[in-house]
Amino acid sequence: MSDATRTTRTTRTARPTGPAIEMAGVEKRFGATEALRGLDLTVPAGTVCGLLGPNGAGKTTAVRVLATLVAPDRGTARVAGYDVAREAEAVRRAIGLAGQHAAVDEGITGRDNLHLFGRLHHLGGRRARARADELLERFGLAEAGGRLVRTYSGGMRRRLDLIASLVTSPPVLFLDEPTTGLDPRSRQEIWDTVKELANDGTTVLLTTQYLEEADRLADDIVVVDHGAAIATGPPARLKAAIGSEVSVTLADVGQLGAAAVVLSALSGGDAQVDVAERLVTVVTPPGVEVLLPALVRELDAAGVVAQDVAVRAPSLDDVFLALTRESTATTLRRVA
Amino acid sequence: MAAVYAAPNLAGPSRLVSDTVTSMLRILLNYRHSPGLLAASLGVPVVMVVVFGYVFGSAMQVPGGGDYREFLMPGLFAMVATNGIMPTMVGAARDVGRGVTDRLRSMPVSRTGLLLGQTLADLLVSVVVLALLALVGLAAGWRVREGLADAAGAFGLLLLFRFVMTWVGTCLGLAVGKEEAAGQLSVAVFPLAMVTNAYVPTGGMPGWLRVVADWNPVSSVVEACRGLFGNPSAPGDAWPMQHAVLASLLWSAVLLALCMPLAVRKFATHGR
Repeated sequence: MSDATRTTRTTRTARPTGPAIEMAGVEKRFGATEALRGLDLTVPAGTVCGLLGPNGAGKTTAVRVLATLVAPDRGTARVAGYDVAREAEAVRRAIGLAGQHAAVDEGITGRDNLHLFGRLHHLGGRRARARADELLERFGLAEAGGRLVRTYSGGMRRRLDLIASLVTSPPVLFLDEPTTGLDPRSRQEIWDTVKELANDGTTVLLTTQYLEEADRLADDIVVVDHGAAIATGPPARLKAAIGSEVSVTLADVGQLGAAAVVLSALSGGDAQVDVAERLVTVVTPPGVEVLLPALVRELDAAGVVAQDVAVRAPSLDDVFLALTRESTATTLRRVA
Repeated sequence: MAAVYAAPNLAGPSRLVSDTVTSMLRILLNYRHSPGLLAASLGVPVVMVVVFGYVFGSAMQVPGGGDYREFLMPGLFAMVATNGIMPTMVGAARDVGRGVTDRLRSMPVSRTGLLLGQTLADLLVSVVVLALLALVGLAAGWRVREGLADAAGAFGLLLLFRFVMTWVGTCLGLAVGKEEAAGQLSVAVFPLAMVTNAYVPTGGMPGWLRVVADWNPVSSVVEACRGLFGNPSAPGDAWPMQHAVLASLLWSAVLLALCMPLAVRKFATHGR
């Protein structure tokens, strides 16, 4: 090998700086379906990014583009500094992928699965075997390692599938709906594993339909709808952008008007009245906080008798529903 | 940890060999854990000799004379070779359906090596199956009547055809992509094996069917084996029947040249 080639090799395998995952204006069409329409995405190295969106939003296609399984029609995508189209082999050496299925061989043991994946990563037989044992031990499958995968529970299969993507300790990990269809306990186990990996510095991109999952694991959330990102930010900021919901239930229908005036004044929002339920609600504008004692004091001062008072902080579900509703409305306007 | 297990940058022929061996290992491990699968592969030839040789054979007369069971054995050998379509077809479809193919494609592996390993592992298993069938055949009165070199040539031809059929199966399996669909498709393979000269001479078939049977690649292999083993036969005038060895080699070359690159391409670009 000449000196020139050796230098190239070293540069190519050096860990690149900058974002671990980058997508810019990625478009992908399957026949008549536009799966991605200009998706932008940036994931800094060492962070966990949650790709959140309804079925068919383009989450899986985004992961498939990044994992070099699908070629984008337009736009660029880089993983660990390498271009997915031009440097696919370098990308493949830097990533791990665990999909929606338990993509392991059911007819052989868990240990053999990991052993074979190690060999396919060219660790060599002895190192691949050692690595398989190490992973089984670390992730609590040491006892089940010698059993055929077809005897595993759904949760164990998924865990093995996740571990199979860790054979080379890849710096970038893609998890496509890693807990879909799992029971709460298995889900918790996968979450713990992902957290552990993130603490070790692995960059994780995970897609999910579960807002709780994104809330717990992700440093940043990207909400995807109709093939494009419609909101990006840390979970707390996305929630702050929505505002909380304050509601007052009255004993006397006649006091609805007075209660609405109090709520509007206190929150700066526009209070809604529901006569049938004897209910007044207001969604606070972003950044405004309504405190329960102040609310009770003001209602009292206005002579309003409240049966029930509630302040509900927004969940990611509210964020998600608000955003996707908006996005659908925008699309409809565009169509009209 | 990352430093210890970073994958070496293996490329070229050494990667092809390494991935081929790993892929073979995977298939063979599957056989080891499914003794039923291996038993079925070994049991079928025995059943076939009994059913065709003794049940149907009791009422069969080979035109031009000769023992029916000796006429039948090359047909059964070719049947084993043709059945090479099944395991790779079902296996490839299962891997696509369960996401294994996607995972493999996201890894720095040789795609040719992965598929080649699966077909070579199958070839290894089929050597055992053919050997067992030969033993059962010998017990039933089948004999090698030409030289050992010719007999070796016949077995070489059978293994080549089995290898070709595993690539046809890989292609079909990757194309259908679902295990159940692959199972249904294997019903369609049945005529390929039956509309041949394997069980009965083609001379008695209606004209159009006889043309199909005479030009069926499986028939070429059967006729070539009958010639090389020195077993009774009733070939007729069709070109592939008169030049059976050449026809078998040509069919194998054409199908392999078609299916091998197609399968690798299909594997590499699945779902793009």
